[in-house]
Amino acid sequence: MKYAFSFLAVIVLILIAGVGSQIAGMPYFFGVFVPYVAIAIFLGGFVYRVVQWAKSPVPFSIQTTCGQGKSLEFIKHNRLEAPDTTAEVVARMLLEIFTFRSLFRNTKSEIHDGPKITYESSKWLWLFGIVFHYSFLIVVIRHMRLFLNPVPEVVAFLDWADSMFEIGVPSMYMTTAGLIGGAALLFSRRLVNRHVRYISLVNDYFPLVLIFAIGVTGALMRHFLRDGIDIVAIKQLAVGLVTFSPVINGEIGAIFYIHVFLVATLLVYFPFSKLMHLGGVFLSPTRNMKNNSRAVRHINPWNPDIKPHSYAGYEDEFREFMVDAGIPVEKELPAQKD
Amino acid sequence: MAVPKLEQLSKSVVQGPSLATGAIPTRDWMDIPVHFKEGNYAYPAKKEKVEYLDSQKGLSFPNARIWSPEDDDWKLPEDWKEIILNGLKERLGKFRSLKIFMDCCVRCGACADKCHFFLGTGDPKNMPVMRAELLRSIYRNDFTLAGKLLGRMAGAREMTVGVLKEWFMYAYQCTECRRCSVFCPYGIDTAEITIILRELLHLVGVGINWILEPVSNSNRTGNHMGLQPHTYKDNVEFLADDIENLTGVRINPPFNKKGAEVLFITPSADVFAEPGLYTAMGYLILFEAIGLDYTWSTYASEGGNFGLFTNNESMKKLNAKMYAEAKRLGVKWILGGECGHMWRVLHQYMDTMNGPADFLEVPKSPITGTVFDNTASTKMVHISEFTADLIKHGKLKLDKSRNSHVKATFHDSCNPARAMGLLDEPRYILDHVVDWVEMPENTIREQTFCCGSGTGLNTDEIMELRMRSGLPRANAVKYVHEKHDVNMLSCVCAIDRATLTSLMDYWNPGVRVCGISELVGNALVLEGETRGELDDGLRTLL
Repeated sequence: MKYAFSFLAVIVLILIAGVGSQIAGMPYFFGVFVPYVAIAIFLGGFVYRVVQWAKSPVPFSIQTTCGQGKSLEFIKHNRLEAPDTTAEVVARMLLEIFTFRSLFRNTKSEIHDGPKITYESSKWLWLFGIVFHYSFLIVVIRHMRLFLNPVPEVVAFLDWADSMFEIGVPSMYMTTAGLIGGAALLFSRRLVNRHVRYISLVNDYFPLVLIFAIGVTGALMRHFLRDGIDIVAIKQLAVGLVTFSPVINGEIGAIFYIHVFLVATLLVYFPFSKLMHLGGVFLSPTRNMKNNSRAVRHINPWNPDIKPHSYAGYEDEFREFMVDAGIPVEKELPAQKD
Repeated sequence: MAVPKLEQLSKSVVQGPSLATGAIPTRDWMDIPVHFKEGNYAYPAKKEKVEYLDSQKGLSFPNARIWSPEDDDWKLPEDWKEIILNGLKERLGKFRSLKIFMDCCVRCGACADKCHFFLGTGDPKNMPVMRAELLRSIYRNDFTLAGKLLGRMAGAREMTVGVLKEWFMYAYQCTECRRCSVFCPYGIDTAEITIILRELLHLVGVGINWILEPVSNSNRTGNHMGLQPHTYKDNVEFLADDIENLTGVRINPPFNKKGAEVLFITPSADVFAEPGLYTAMGYLILFEAIGLDYTWSTYASEGGNFGLFTNNESMKKLNAKMYAEAKRLGVKWILGGECGHMWRVLHQYMDTMNGPADFLEVPKSPITGTVFDNTASTKMVHISEFTADLIKHGKLKLDKSRNSHVKATFHDSCNPARAMGLLDEPRYILDHVVDWVEMPENTIREQTFCCGSGTGLNTDEIMELRMRSGLPRANAVKYVHEKHDVNMLSCVCAIDRATLTSLMDYWNPGVRVCGISELVGNALVLEGETRGELDDGLRTLL
């Protein structure tokens, strides 16, 4: 049901843009107004969410250590997994963000007769995730060739490298396949893996279907539905959007507007959804804090003023017993009245 | 509730339906209510304990009453829902971790089969992601735009009494062991979720006795056992008597001694119950051997902090005794015994909550001269760090053959492993005092499995649950027991010593449990001792 709904939602989006863009005057709505609004919501929403997070303090030093902490000289410190300095934290974070290090650790547990529990390395999720995210990243960077004039060398190089196998005309990008395939694999995993299937929400299926559709419409536009895909006009529009002087010259095919509308939907959806893990991963206290909490005091801005049950109160209650047992006391017992 | 027979449970964990719901669910989890029955919940806190805590300055434990989870009516205050939602709002403002963890989860499922409670019970709501969803669904409903607009479609649901009951069930089927956090790509830490859930539940007077009674005992008598000063001293002296019988050396442990160099604090269970007693004997022998100028305290006589299992206010209040006592006695620094959650508090919370300890000095071993720079601010050293340093400098005369009756393995306690990174110090000590082997790699170090009964869950009424959640740990021990004839499970945690003993008796009879310091005490040659052949080390009955 949840995944069916996600498909339905994306189909509706496609119909809105496909039909809507064909109505006279509407290309400006879908080609100019919608992208501007989407970008504004994306940027505003993203900043808003990060500011909201940053507003809450980090009261305690709650790093998760995944290796030996810094202690005695002869005990080998695992600098990446129990970082002690800012540089070590940065290294840990970079590995997490660029190599998905925690996911790489993933294991699959099974319970057999006995009972006997086994754990085996399971890197599928890591692999699907890496393929999907890196493809997505490169796809986004590649698209800069449409928005920037002249095209920066890095972007041109990526474009060349990504299509170096020269399959088809124009040659297919590897990352297009990576993005579509990655989304499909992550989606299938949600259906096949029983744990994940049970916990998945519409919020989990919808973005995958949406991104899948974005990839497919992009590929269709490049390879199959080329009628009305005037790359000059598209570039003119894209550069116009960036320079705040957008123009739409001639007719651009519906598939273009569908593609753009789906991307706009993703941008609008982004700040209000789990996709904010893009920002959150940088701020997660268990990963971005140093494990030096005994060497350097961490400050809690709202540290409440709470005193312990006082020693004086304790001794008052137990003084007689303490004196009897020969435990030193601060105040001697009152002189016995005979 | 009677614990099922080993054969029954062995089958049930493999084939059986999940524990709490009675079946592998076909319905959406939001539609499955919790069902409390004798054996699947820990008893609620006694009214007078809650009232006592509520009367303490700085603490708030409202709505003390007599109630039972099995009753339909939990006698919640009239405005309970408002209290919970306001409590959640307040905590979202106080803990960035909570906000991030509510917002960032993508439900990738990497954590799902990492939880010992899930592996042992098969209950989907024990998947760490699901435990967080129990709270996240409420967060979405009342604090996010998508949840407000789309409701259940966006995974949101309204706060109801049923949800509150569900929180109670699953906040007390988590031991805050943080294993899931190791595998999460965003480091989402279920301990944070559980801590917040428990804090919220206390706002409406929902808590368990096995935690709140120790909190009130610790507050009043200094230790969770409720040992009064003379009894505490007697217990330690009994241990000194035993040592004298075994070794011929008389030790006179000092108490509340002003001007001692070091204040020693360990979990009170070490001086109260087997097998922790032998660990405490190990401490006494060690300090005697090196002539340490130290003192025990009857006021700060608890290393463990049950406040961590309750709320941050009571954690702070209990922990504050350590620095207060160190200041009163005028010691230079503090040495801490073997304990798991105790060390999470000492390593990650103490300095922040009750520091700066500027009246203390940076710890320096009076025997080796080593300065413990890693504790420069907290001024508190772990006994394994201290002992490893002594061994490295050749200050201990160790006779490994005295542990020849032991074939050990080592259980990394959750918090020293995942909240401190204390992994190799105990191993270094083990290498010098005993013949030992590691358990399989996915069950040790940062991937270690909890004993299954931490965070105040080592109470007898939930024994089946404990045996289930302890299964992953027990199973790894079983492997080395069968393969290498391991007969001793060593650890650096007092709760482990108590709970792993029950766990081993159930799953792996013949494997005993000990602290590292017991093995040190066995091997340590004291000056002037007349120790004969002790075929069971410090446990030998003469």
